[in-house]
Amino acid sequence: MTEHLPVLQVVVPLIAAPLCALLRPGRAVWLLAMATCALCLLIAALLLDRVLAQGVISYAMGGWPAPWGIEYRVDAANAYMLLIVAAIGAVVMAFARTVVEQRIRLPASKQPWFYATYLLCLTGLLGMIVTGDAFNVFVFLEISSLSSYVLISIGRDRRALTAAYQYLIMGTIGATFILIGIGFLYVMTGTLNMADLAARLPAVADTRTVRAAFAFLTIGISLKLALFPLHLWLPNAYAYAPSAVTAFLAATATKVAIYVLLRFFFTIFGAQFSFGTMRLDAILLPLALAGIFSASVVAIFQTNVKRMLAYSSVAQIGYMILGISLVSVTGLTAAISHLFNHALMKGTLFMALGCVSFRIGAVSLDRMAGVGRIMPWTMGAFVIGGLSLIGVPMTAGFVSKWYLILGALERGWWPVALLVLFTSLLAVVYIWRVVETAYFQPAPEGRATGEAPLALLVPTWALALANLYFGLDTSLNAGVARRAAEALLGVGP
Amino acid sequence: MQILGLYNYWIFIVLMMCGFYVVISRGNLVKKLVGLNIFQTSVFILYISMGKIAGGTAPILTGTATIYSNPVPHVLILTAIVVGIATTALGLALVVRIHEAYGTIEEDEIHAQSEDEAL
Repeated sequence: MTEHLPVLQVVVPLIAAPLCALLRPGRAVWLLAMATCALCLLIAALLLDRVLAQGVISYAMGGWPAPWGIEYRVDAANAYMLLIVAAIGAVVMAFARTVVEQRIRLPASKQPWFYATYLLCLTGLLGMIVTGDAFNVFVFLEISSLSSYVLISIGRDRRALTAAYQYLIMGTIGATFILIGIGFLYVMTGTLNMADLAARLPAVADTRTVRAAFAFLTIGISLKLALFPLHLWLPNAYAYAPSAVTAFLAATATKVAIYVLLRFFFTIFGAQFSFGTMRLDAILLPLALAGIFSASVVAIFQTNVKRMLAYSSVAQIGYMILGISLVSVTGLTAAISHLFNHALMKGTLFMALGCVSFRIGAVSLDRMAGVGRIMPWTMGAFVIGGLSLIGVPMTAGFVSKWYLILGALERGWWPVALLVLFTSLLAVVYIWRVVETAYFQPAPEGRATGEAPLALLVPTWALALANLYFGLDTSLNAGVARRAAEALLGVGP
Repeated sequence: MQILGLYNYWIFIVLMMCGFYVVISRGNLVKKLVGLNIFQTSVFILYISMGKIAGGTAPILTGTATIYSNPVPHVLILTAIVVGIATTALGLALVVRIHEAYGTIEEDEIHAQSEDEAL
């Protein structure tokens, strides 16, 4: 049984999704979806445990050996990513039930489809991470993308529809670029297996086709991960999607795209080709810095708090790309640990906003006046998430910022380190605007609503406490991230 | 004549740029989807034509043929065609919903209505 864990990671949610769609609306559907998410988390934890103990796990799909059949290959980097995505998937699913039943404009008969789509999206994300086959990445990418367009479009606001449409256009262009890139690689090497590609590419690396493949893959993946200035789909999609969907996608979807970027550029092309020959870092570094700075500034001027956090996500993605463009173990450790930490902080923040909108019906700044006193637990979680976003010591966000600054100083790029500190201050400004409105402004008369229900508060606080826990015990988020970084760069054990 | 010999790739490039241009330049949401379709189809042609081997026949063991076309890209692109259909269907469904909500499928008119909402 345990040798089949890599494939079960994908097959379990894939089979559960249509089952959910077939069930009648009611508690059973949510229970099935929740059990599936919990099982996924268990599988991911077991996989990480085995990988850390025994090294790389290779699984031949259907018994066909590697270069011919599809190989699922789990090393420290993707076992770590699987754990993040499965954990967020489970926590948000616990949160989603109340939101779906009471806040989403879906007739009760359609509610099972929400869970089915959610599980399909989870399948796609987990599949992209676990697979060792380049074409398989594209297939799972489309599974997750198509289901996320659907999830975004069921937001209450009609602008959710246009946001989903815009994301569909941009996402499909990105995915097609990735498909073209993979096609060019196949033309040159005749293989789709990642390890096999890595072995065969150096012989043909100095050709225009491989360079074109590299360019197409870079643009395609950058569109999916919302690298500045290809982030235009993200703010609207996050702002108008239902809160549970925003929390899930913000914490996982762009992170998985960053993992795909790492996989292609470090494992398949190799750091030497990507950063030595093609000088990708010379493009990524300025884009990352411009993204961090401009998105943080734009976030300050938003009145819709969800939109503000969406712009903040663009800035946080910039930090991860910055870590990658340092091309060192410390820089990569920063990027990979920030994948984990950002999932925790943005999950907390968006779920706290979900609690606010559950009671108040909106998350614009003027409507949130005085919320801090009416909903102390919700806003408490928001403040913890915000502190972590800023990077205050003792929170998870501090750990990755610390490594990022360390990595920049290692390269002697002290202006970059200073910019990281300065943009953290911008984060203080926009988080403070929310805190000030929520705690120091009087609540309007006649809106005496109470605290959010426990079903929403418990998952929110679970992630909020995780922010604090992983700020103190860094063995998982930074320790394993370091091993993942070493595995990607091909150094160390 | 190497340039003419690679005519399948030229078709791919021209189709791809046509589709891409339509996606960017048109404001009508359905026309955008048409462009997206052409864009995706061009990639299907890229994959299908790369599997062709000069003088090769269909990859069926008959005992007489010695050169076969490569079936793998054809199989791969079947998956991508399915994805393309799903994307188009979902895109059109969204356009129907947008039309219900806004009463128009012209991007600038939708944008104007959204601006009013924001004020």
